[in-house]
Amino acid sequence: MPILSFSDLAEECNKQNKSIYEIAQEQESVLLEDTVDVVRLRVLEDLLAMKDAVKNGLHSTEKSISGWCGDDCAKLIERYNHRRALFGKTFEKIITYALATAEENLRMGRIAACPTAGSCGIVPSAIIAVAEEEKITEAEQINGLLTAGFIGLLISNKVQLAGAVAGCQAECGVASAMAAGAVCQILGGDTNQILQAASLALKNILGLTCDPVCGLVEVPCIKRNAFLAIHAVTAAELALCGVESKIPLDEIVDTLKITGQLMSPLLKETSLGGLAKTKTAQELEKKLFKNKKMTI
Amino acid sequence: MEQKSLFSVISPIMVGPSSSHTAGAVRLGLMARNIYNNEFTKVKFILYNSFATTGFGHGTDKGLLAGVLGYSVDDSGIKNIFDKASGIDYSYEYREDISRHPNSVDIIFDDKMTISGDSVGAGEIRINNINGFSANIDGSYHSILLMYKDRPGMISKVSDIIQKQDINIASLHCDRSSKGGAASMYLALDIPVGDDIVEKIRQIKDVFFVTNVRKLK
Repeated sequence: MPILSFSDLAEECNKQNKSIYEIAQEQESVLLEDTVDVVRLRVLEDLLAMKDAVKNGLHSTEKSISGWCGDDCAKLIERYNHRRALFGKTFEKIITYALATAEENLRMGRIAACPTAGSCGIVPSAIIAVAEEEKITEAEQINGLLTAGFIGLLISNKVQLAGAVAGCQAECGVASAMAAGAVCQILGGDTNQILQAASLALKNILGLTCDPVCGLVEVPCIKRNAFLAIHAVTAAELALCGVESKIPLDEIVDTLKITGQLMSPLLKETSLGGLAKTKTAQELEKKLFKNKKMTI
Repeated sequence: MEQKSLFSVISPIMVGPSSSHTAGAVRLGLMARNIYNNEFTKVKFILYNSFATTGFGHGTDKGLLAGVLGYSVDDSGIKNIFDKASGIDYSYEYREDISRHPNSVDIIFDDKMTISGDSVGAGEIRINNINGFSANIDGSYHSILLMYKDRPGMISKVSDIIQKQDINIASLHCDRSSKGGAASMYLALDIPVGDDIVEKIRQIKDVFFVTNVRKLK
């Protein structure tokens, strides 16, 4: 029987004395009719693609198709060459890697959609930056990504991870919960702490709308990746200290779903409300369409 | 509820920026290529609704062209596909049609075959019309597509050929323009068939088009 809820997952981990990543890789191996080793190799492929995307993003200032974005990561690198970020190297790397990946996505670079392309910078930046600074092994990074994936999977069983369905809470928000769990795993957190980390992250982005300017995965999506990667690490730190969410994760996921249903369609990837309808957004839209001679 | 894979959450590896507007566009192109299954010199794309209005910012035009040329969703070459498609006469048209899905396209090969489909989210696609015949192809099965003159016994003749190879038919979909008129048949299979089977189906009287459609990766 596949595990469908976080309470079942906690119970199963407890009963079998296993970590979330172990349950995840075993369930996946049954589903794919292949060995756990093969599952882990596929996770490694994703991890390596994430690392390549960071590397490529760090070395490029090429603009996105619209011409609006693409050189912000370079600004971070420039500043941190001269001085240290307020919270140190890990903080610096997380926000830099998140922008590197999200910008790489916008210039049609190769990324891993995790869980979506628009939120592709959050899980990788948190895992890779923390792993580099804390000297975490590759095997443990795979465990982290498996943990992230299983958290996302259980959420996606209840709500489709799409801005059009439940707003950005279902994309960058869920990515943040996944990243929080992953960071907690690679820093040695136990099952409860991992689930608390995901709970704290998810609970604190409920209601986040999807209102991209001109319908492009660009404004506010790119920079939001940096913010929600830090959000994830905040949740992981709190959970590792023993801070717990009063509301359990399953109920937070239900709340996310219901909040998504209550959200106006104008704020769910239609670009008919929110930031997309600001004066500046409408001016940007006019310019963009004029430049590209796109009329229907 | 069908159990989902963890990799549906931490993958696919793809070129950005959008799973529906970029990866979905590539997969629609790939699926159309598999259905047409012929060399072509000319291809036209008619983009509808959100594909038309936000497509260029998401590289939907590049994705569609790369797909029909056989590129996979994670190929870094998609970005510069216009430089690589010089031998092909390709064109785009943009339309609004509220009866169509928000992310919808018609792909027309050599003015001969029109394949229509939608990008339904998270890179998933659905082909819903081929040359005017309704279809429901999501690329998850190896399959056979044929067009023929509607008459009794066609389903039996085709399924007999497949059954002799001990291949299971997962689903079967037929449509026709009118009784005795042009008709289409789509068979989703558990394993791929060889071209010899397709050749046998081609020999059936009144079959005027048949193709072996590979599933998408």
